[in-house]
Amino acid sequence: MSIGTVPLKFRVTIDNKQCMACARCVENCSYGVFRMENGVVRVSPRHCVACHRCLAMCPRDAISIEERPVDYRSHPLWTTDVKEAIFNQARTGKIIVGGMGNALPYPVIFDRLVLDACQVTNPSIDPLREPMELRTYLGKKPSHLDLLTKINGDVELISTLVPNLKLETPIMIGHMSYGAISLNAQTSLAKAVNEIGTFMGTGEGGLHESLYPYQGNMIVQVASGRFGVDINYLERGAAIEIKIGQGAKPGIGGHLPGEKVNREVSVTRMIPEGSDAISPAPHHDIYSIEDLKQLVRGLKEATEWKKPVFVKIAAVHNSAAIAAGIARSSADAIVIDGFRGGTGAAPRVFRDHVGIPVEAAIASVDAKLRQQGIRNEVSIIASGGIRESADVAKIIALGADAVYIGTAALIALGCRVCGTCNRGVCAWGIATQRPDLVKRLDPETGSKQVANLIHGWTDELAELMGAAGINSIESLRGNRDRLRSYMLDEALMTVLDVKSVGA
Amino acid sequence: MDKIEIDAKELHYTPLNQQIRKAVHEGAKEITIRNIMGQRFIADGLKGGVSLFLHGVAGGDLGMFMSGPDITLYGNADHAPGNTMDAGTIAIHGSAGDAVAHSMRGGKVFVRDTIGYRGGIHMKQYLDKRPVLVIGGSARSFLGEYMAGGLILVLRRTPDAMNDERGIGSGIHGGEIFIRGKIDNNCVGVGTKKDPCSGDEIARIIPLIHEFAEKFGVDPAPFLKSEYTRISPASARPFANKYTWE
Repeated sequence: MSIGTVPLKFRVTIDNKQCMACARCVENCSYGVFRMENGVVRVSPRHCVACHRCLAMCPRDAISIEERPVDYRSHPLWTTDVKEAIFNQARTGKIIVGGMGNALPYPVIFDRLVLDACQVTNPSIDPLREPMELRTYLGKKPSHLDLLTKINGDVELISTLVPNLKLETPIMIGHMSYGAISLNAQTSLAKAVNEIGTFMGTGEGGLHESLYPYQGNMIVQVASGRFGVDINYLERGAAIEIKIGQGAKPGIGGHLPGEKVNREVSVTRMIPEGSDAISPAPHHDIYSIEDLKQLVRGLKEATEWKKPVFVKIAAVHNSAAIAAGIARSSADAIVIDGFRGGTGAAPRVFRDHVGIPVEAAIASVDAKLRQQGIRNEVSIIASGGIRESADVAKIIALGADAVYIGTAALIALGCRVCGTCNRGVCAWGIATQRPDLVKRLDPETGSKQVANLIHGWTDELAELMGAAGINSIESLRGNRDRLRSYMLDEALMTVLDVKSVGA
Repeated sequence: MDKIEIDAKELHYTPLNQQIRKAVHEGAKEITIRNIMGQRFIADGLKGGVSLFLHGVAGGDLGMFMSGPDITLYGNADHAPGNTMDAGTIAIHGSAGDAVAHSMRGGKVFVRDTIGYRGGIHMKQYLDKRPVLVIGGSARSFLGEYMAGGLILVLRRTPDAMNDERGIGSGIHGGEIFIRGKIDNNCVGVGTKKDPCSGDEIARIIPLIHEFAEKFGVDPAPFLKSEYTRISPASARPFANKYTWE
């Protein structure tokens, strides 16, 4: 082998003065880093992915992990990652697949936007004292209402309203399928959204029977593989989402490898055990906006027009024009998934290079729909790279109605973003189907942690709104006057429709 | 009221489906619908053991998500009859458009004449649910593309039909496609295996030939004594060797 061994990604060292040879690291590491030899813990650091399960379980803080302990000659172009990708492909001749989201250091637009606060002239609002309205309704809003005033003065609503989803906070959990994540992970998320009064997506993996009690808080997904989709599934969901694309891998489908399709996963996906679950790149009944309308209406007709239908697309160059088409397709909400969106597995080249940031996509979609006078026809849901409550406030000010979080919710379950979801041996019991690993994640504790996170963000959002003198989420939506850009270029400021700091 | 008649003349598909659902709810066992003129989504998501007799031309997505009913259509159907259908039967006395039986997961679709492109695309099977698509005439290109399970049978009543249709079974990773007569090597797609049919395999399609002949009143004899080509997956894991880990 002419390439030889590449340097260690992580150096794992054990402080023998601290270590008491309890072997918890050996039990906990599912990547095979640790072993016991003659009563001493030995390490194979090359297997380490820095998931930190060992650190978290070590009772004596005896383990340290250091990233890239060996330097290549530094070079601005031929970076470590670039060189190692070449080594990999020189050996295999294959497409490189990785987990989690975009791994390139593109500038983060959120971090170049600052929020406003009131001083003197208009007073800020104290959320402890004043009611703050964070309740959000997703779905079509009528362009006008027809009312009838009766002789006795009562007013009757004549217009027919279409079903909306009622959220107690504009924060939902995005679609992560059973198969990509474990049932205990899905159950944790389901209990959390149920407690908070918000929603989560099933992903394209069907709905496990044990989650039926939470179906009122579940958005069922229909994607190009149509896995797990039958009339029972559609009727159980609170809403239905058609997945056209995903921010982590726009333009391509997905493959759940056969080794992850165990008996239980095969039941919910309705495919044979051990077979690859292949979702093609397009839906083969959707080759145009007119065809999309056909599927939207097909789903509504099947469920007797009782459920909102969402359409999810990846944020790409022409998102705004595409969204304008979707808004005319009878859909009730559009999900825009930015290029930082996570995934169980995506080709590295797509994950890192295809798509655009959600901030720019949301601003342009909102602007386009307003220009065309159809903003009321659809709600806009932002997803892909929402890290904290400030991001939620900023993206709503750029025009979103609500957000989906994904990675953040998994981090609340213990995920360290090691990016090896595709390997299927997640030591935290999240992105795995191995029973011994899955049982490490207790849905009771997990749900509490996820609910805490959403609760904390929601309180922070209320505080941010109060500081800005806003007492209703509706008044923050699309309110770009409460944003200023800090060191963004003029072209991007035009797209976002925000002024510079100081302006 | 076991038998119900509905006049679909100038009726939008939503009220039409509402009438069908109401009739099923009230216990109808046979529903005849006349003057169908392109209404889409007929029997979409419909459940139960009812029989529907449709007269006219059905619009797209006939019997989509349907689970149980038995549909006989006297006329042609637009695209994707049997789309993501779960159980039941659709028999079309005529031809149908593209993507017939798209993602179908159970039940049977019979088309007397021809179908368009991408017929049976991504059909899949699970346990006892094994969808079947039988075509009396011919199918256009990409028949059974991405097929993950089930069975497609093309009887080619005109033997020369389908001689130039490409991409049959591209990306197939489950299920099987039977085509009467021979198929040129250029016509089958990536990831397929093409063999002459063996006796055991023929035994699987004989009941379907009889069922087809009975439904459409044709003589099964010429189909029973013919040779068939079977197209099946070269691998259940077509993409297993395409990727390497980061």
